[in-house]
Amino acid sequence: MFAFIIRRTIQAILVMLIISLIGFSIKHQFGDPVRDLLGVSVSEAEREALRKKLGLRDPFFTQYFRFLKNAVKGDLGFSFFYKKPALEVILKKTPATIELVFASSLIIILGSVPIGIFAAIRPQHWLTKVFMGLSLIGVSIPVFLTAIMLIYIFAVTLHWLPSYGRGDLLDLGFWQTGLLTLDGLSHLIMPATALSSIMLPLFIRLIRSEMMEVLQAEYIKFAWAKGLKRIRIWFVHAFKNTLLPVITVGGVQLGIMIAFTILTETVFQWPGLGFLFLEAVQRADTTLLVAYLIVVGAFFVITNTVVDIIYVFINPMVRITGKA
Amino acid sequence: MKEAWLQFKSSFFLYSFLRDPVAIVSFLIFLVLVILSFLAPAIAPHDPYDLAAIDIMDAELPPVWMAEGENRFLLGTDGQGRDLYSTILYGMRTSIIIGILAVLLQAFLGICIGLIAGYFGGLVDNFLMRLADIQLSFSTLLVAIIIGALFQTAFGVEKYEDFSLILLIIIIGIAEWPQYARTMRASVLAERKKEYVEAARVIGLKSGRIMWRHIFPNALSPILVISTVQVANAVMSEAALSFLGLGMPITKPSLGALINAGFEYFISGIWWITAFPGFVLVILIFVINLLGDWVRDVLNPKLYKH
Amino acid sequence: MLLDVKNLEVTFALRSGPVQAIRNISFSLDRGERLGLVGESGAGKSVAGFSILNLISQPGFISGGEIFFEGKNLIKMSEKELNTIRGDRISMIFQDPMMTLNPVLTLGTQMTEIVRTHHKLSKKEARSLAIETLRQVHIPTPEKRIDQYPHELSGGMRQRVVIACALISKPALIIADEPTTALDVTIQAEIMDLLLELCESENMGLILITHDLSVVAQMTDRIAVMYAGKIVEIGKTQQVIRESQHPYTQGLLKALPQKRFIGKRLNQIDGSMPSLLSMPTGCSFHPRCPILDDRCRAERPSLQDCRLEGHQAACFKVEGK
Repeated sequence: MFAFIIRRTIQAILVMLIISLIGFSIKHQFGDPVRDLLGVSVSEAEREALRKKLGLRDPFFTQYFRFLKNAVKGDLGFSFFYKKPALEVILKKTPATIELVFASSLIIILGSVPIGIFAAIRPQHWLTKVFMGLSLIGVSIPVFLTAIMLIYIFAVTLHWLPSYGRGDLLDLGFWQTGLLTLDGLSHLIMPATALSSIMLPLFIRLIRSEMMEVLQAEYIKFAWAKGLKRIRIWFVHAFKNTLLPVITVGGVQLGIMIAFTILTETVFQWPGLGFLFLEAVQRADTTLLVAYLIVVGAFFVITNTVVDIIYVFINPMVRITGKA
Repeated sequence: MKEAWLQFKSSFFLYSFLRDPVAIVSFLIFLVLVILSFLAPAIAPHDPYDLAAIDIMDAELPPVWMAEGENRFLLGTDGQGRDLYSTILYGMRTSIIIGILAVLLQAFLGICIGLIAGYFGGLVDNFLMRLADIQLSFSTLLVAIIIGALFQTAFGVEKYEDFSLILLIIIIGIAEWPQYARTMRASVLAERKKEYVEAARVIGLKSGRIMWRHIFPNALSPILVISTVQVANAVMSEAALSFLGLGMPITKPSLGALINAGFEYFISGIWWITAFPGFVLVILIFVINLLGDWVRDVLNPKLYKH
Repeated sequence: MLLDVKNLEVTFALRSGPVQAIRNISFSLDRGERLGLVGESGAGKSVAGFSILNLISQPGFISGGEIFFEGKNLIKMSEKELNTIRGDRISMIFQDPMMTLNPVLTLGTQMTEIVRTHHKLSKKEARSLAIETLRQVHIPTPEKRIDQYPHELSGGMRQRVVIACALISKPALIIADEPTTALDVTIQAEIMDLLLELCESENMGLILITHDLSVVAQMTDRIAVMYAGKIVEIGKTQQVIRESQHPYTQGLLKALPQKRFIGKRLNQIDGSMPSLLSMPTGCSFHPRCPILDDRCRAERPSLQDCRLEGHQAACFKVEGK
């Protein structure tokens, strides 16, 4: 068990090294730290002097290790547009994205678990057929289109919900939250729904197919032969076994969700990381772009590692042998 | 050739297709969409790429059945005065071309990498599959967005727009190879385990040639299943990239770019520029997904599960 | 009488049309009696076993007959009433212990849930009962084992746990479906001995479903031989073994290795069992029968009394009374 965590952590660090190498290559290739620091109206001689001073004429790997050393200390460079350290800019925008992802995950979990289970245990029910049909339509509508439709219906036509921004925020000092104000919550509803719109049907289908497979298992037949109550067979015997593959896939899907935050935040002008990223691309703010890459990369690596470790905890089979 | 056709005609594949109305209808719709889009230059009433023929005075006209609609423009016009119907046909052609070519590129890359990983095994295999894992955990769309952003930074916005069609194919192609690689590798590994390969090795024969002959037929059905879904995914990725301004330029819009262009006008009640291309996009993806579901049910291959 | 199965029929509703897997079988069992259901795979013996508790999986269903258990007709029972019998009065033992136990639940959970579903028992009482039962099936250090997961045990150990699951509620009848086929030969005998010992000490009825006549001969009081969904011979174990009447039973017996013929080839029955989809006319065994005549091809024989009391065989060539 302990060995497994160690091994998984080393793996995570290796992946982070690869990501940082890619990030640095981008910065090395396309970024211009001199412009970032001085702006454009400085003579070529001064620039060259600064380049030397910053070590930009050093070999690639010398520069990479310097970059790495700074990154570990939390210095990911300087955003020329915001005139602030890139990490600071990113951290300021993070709460918005985390709250959005959190709200969507809640919608996804609360929606997909009951519907997926229902569809698995009542495969012939008309509601199941409706759910499965809707879910196939659901996976076919791009997130940004769902977002636009929501805006058109609930903001433009009905005027029920605000169409952009985060609304009133409550400042907790280290964190600005929209979850604790009514206005903030009303701003959150549409973006969270849009973000979950593709994941929800995917998870319904996933849970259903995994659970149906489990229900065919011999140990479920044995459970029926024990005369147990249906509820116990479905939720204790079958669902627990369904969870394992769902959690693994769920970890991967979290990554897809981050990609979709870029789309959702763009449509709703949600001041989070995705919006920031697209701005950075449009302004060619390479430092900020690379910083985003590294922060999001770290986020993935950490969640995947944690998901793997949780998986080991709930799967007794892996727990003993220590193999994933 | 004739033999192959006869074999296909009596196959289970065709048999179950003809017995499944959903499959037939979705295939017909898909076929109609493909034919319409490729005949676009012939059937579209206007040429949206011909800048000289576009009159900005025609901009933002509603569809023909609304009060201010004009007969010339069946579905109305976009913000630049282009006929929306024609633009959608051309845009759909762009979307389908990118979707299919990107999937071909993915399949090519993935199959090569999967073969290499499966054949050499060991360190090479470990490295390539880890790479696939990492890329998948980042999600293909995010990888595509990042590559797109890099290309745009590297080439500059104007150059990017000039080559956007090819660049999009490359971006989506690079972003989604891992699926194929895993399937191909699993297929190679399954074949390697078989006794004849072992036996051939023991008596000193080259096992490679015999193996290839088995691997491709084995891998065919999972690859077919993946490919159908991947076309839908690629069309969707292209639309997302274009929507973010990392795809087709507005002068040569794909469906996604058109939706993006319409989004500006959306709030002021000009819904058709977004709604019609959006509707066509959803139908296109939906029928491909339906076909994908059907192909999976019929071929029922053991797909690689994460 | 403990169990009385009358004219049981089981049908599978396949896409190509309904197929009868069990065709009109009857047998009965007294309290504490042990019956062997013997036949090749596909003869319908497992389906017969599972149909007693109405546990046949889709698309199979009981299409006719009656099953009386302790005087009550199980077929007329609602799912809820049947659940009070399942696992409590009648338990089952499945074939493959590797697949029978739920991999994510501890042994303790999987045992105590049975008694706690059927009786008002505290967690503590159920636990000590489970430990006691594990001891009964000769599992060493049951106090420790009870908190372990199935994969921490060997195959033989797991089958002991499955037996403990069947035993824990002190049922009147155990239905064991090929309980040792998935195990190593050395462990097979151990498990069978254990099962026999427990049935005798607890005075439990047993239906042992197996393809192995030699096992049945040692374990059971009576034997029912099944072929293609029908019982072709039934009687006291000694009668069926010593004076087998049906050519199929005779074939099975000849196929067993015997001390007298060491060094000789084993006999085998030519051909294979017909598929349920294409049953031959007349006696379903006739294509493989060494002593057939024209009547066997045309008519279907029903069970007929043989020389000794309670011995019946479905063959025209039976030496009657």
